Amino acid sequence: MTNLFKTLFTKNSALDTNQLILKKTVLAFFFFFVLAGSAFQGWKWLRHQPSSSGKTSAPLRKVLDVNENIFNGLLSDRHLTKEYPFSKAANPARVNGDLGMKSTFDPAGWALNVIRSKNDTLKITLDEIKKLPKIEFAFNFKCIEGWSQITHWGGVRLVDFLKAYNLTDESAMKYLGLATPDKEYYVGIDMPSALHPQTILCYELNGKPLPMNQGYPLRLIIPVKYGVKSLKRIGYMYFDNKRTPDYWADVKGYDYFSGL
Amino acid sequence: MIKKEIVKKHPLAIRWFHWINFPVLAIMIWSGLLIYWGNDVYKIGFGDTTLLKFFPNSFYQALSIPYRLSEGMAYHFVFMWLFFLNGIAYVLYTAISGEWKLLMPDRRSFKEAWQVLLHDLHIRKSAPPVTGKYNAAQRIAYTAIIFMGIGSILTGLAIYKPVQLGWLCSILGGYKFARILHFALTIGYVLFFLVHIFQVILAGWNNFQAMITGFEVKKKIEMPIAEEETKTENPVK
Repeated sequence: MTNLFKTLFTKNSALDTNQLILKKTVLAFFFFFVLAGSAFQGWKWLRHQPSSSGKTSAPLRKVLDVNENIFNGLLSDRHLTKEYPFSKAANPARVNGDLGMKSTFDPAGWALNVIRSKNDTLKITLDEIKKLPKIEFAFNFKCIEGWSQITHWGGVRLVDFLKAYNLTDESAMKYLGLATPDKEYYVGIDMPSALHPQTILCYELNGKPLPMNQGYPLRLIIPVKYGVKSLKRIGYMYFDNKRTPDYWADVKGYDYFSGL
Repeated sequence: MIKKEIVKKHPLAIRWFHWINFPVLAIMIWSGLLIYWGNDVYKIGFGDTTLLKFFPNSFYQALSIPYRLSEGMAYHFVFMWLFFLNGIAYVLYTAISGEWKLLMPDRRSFKEAWQVLLHDLHIRKSAPPVTGKYNAAQRIAYTAIIFMGIGSILTGLAIYKPVQLGWLCSILGGYKFARILHFALTIGYVLFFLVHIFQVILAGWNNFQAMITGFEVKKKIEMPIAEEETKTENPVK
């Protein structure tokens, strides 16, 4: 043991080959295990960070936000989702969840509530929305679970809707929020994605009124995001410069941006 | 008598890249599994016959994979940076240092790789001579793994941002196909890993420890006759 200790602290030039091999090997393995141990401690630290929101811890969330800033630079109105002929669209379209639509619902009493400020809410009916210019397209709808399906939707561009109702100050804010009439499901969307030319307030699926289970009477279709952001049965619309609440990000730990 | 000699094998940089890549790739595969579980539709089979389903429930249960999609996505999109940067650093290092010449297959490698394989499977008696650091099969494997890494990054980007990088997604066969490629490459890593571990065990301790110390110990048997010859020659000069 003392020999080994001496060898480790002797200059290389004063050692014979056997001693040199011993010294180099011991030192290399020592550093290897120190580094491996620190890496493991680092991993344990990361695994035990408290969650800032949902199930995702603060350090991970920070990196996801950095990712958002980097990849947001790619977001452009010129980058459109590929569109398909309507004949390629699935019929019926896949139904994947009824979050926010489990409460009793009275279709006749429905109107879209656009909250401009605390005491200033616009109530807009489906007929009024249908008077705005309609667009239709089929695209590959992508679920955060990993499946995708070509589906055919119709409605009014959100950007056209906001212009038609003079919501210019509101659309200059950083985030838009949507919630179901029962407020059980809500999403937050950054304004550039909300104003993307393929983001629509949708009232038609395969050329027919939205079925109840697809969010009748009005839902969002936002192809630049995973399907979790395409909220069914919109009851409320609101605006903020801070991030608007988002069910899947705040409660379930998903990325707030969830952009594609 | 036997004389030991230190022969340098792996530069320090390559040892760093290797040992960083190991846990990072493990985390990428694990978090990838958490994501894949969300839509686990791949299988190998024909017609209605399934030979292999990715993955059986027992597999998921054993690794506690189910219902952790958001966790998987978070880790995947954090550790992708380490995987990417470490890979780039490795490629740049081998390119600049000239180490790539030892890694790239040459004209003979593809023919010789078969001979190496047959030798390793004990079908052929002799292995072709190794020129340089790696044999033909190693050269092909270690170069292919780099292209696989590039493939994982490109297919990963295509399914991460299929709208903003729509052109990339189209080149790679569309969203669904790019996801299959991304998955298949991962299966490739797992197979590579299994063969790699097996070969490292067969090659023995001296070879393995070189990935930590950087050198191998070569034993030379010095012939007493040769020593005597030089001795007798000396007086003449």
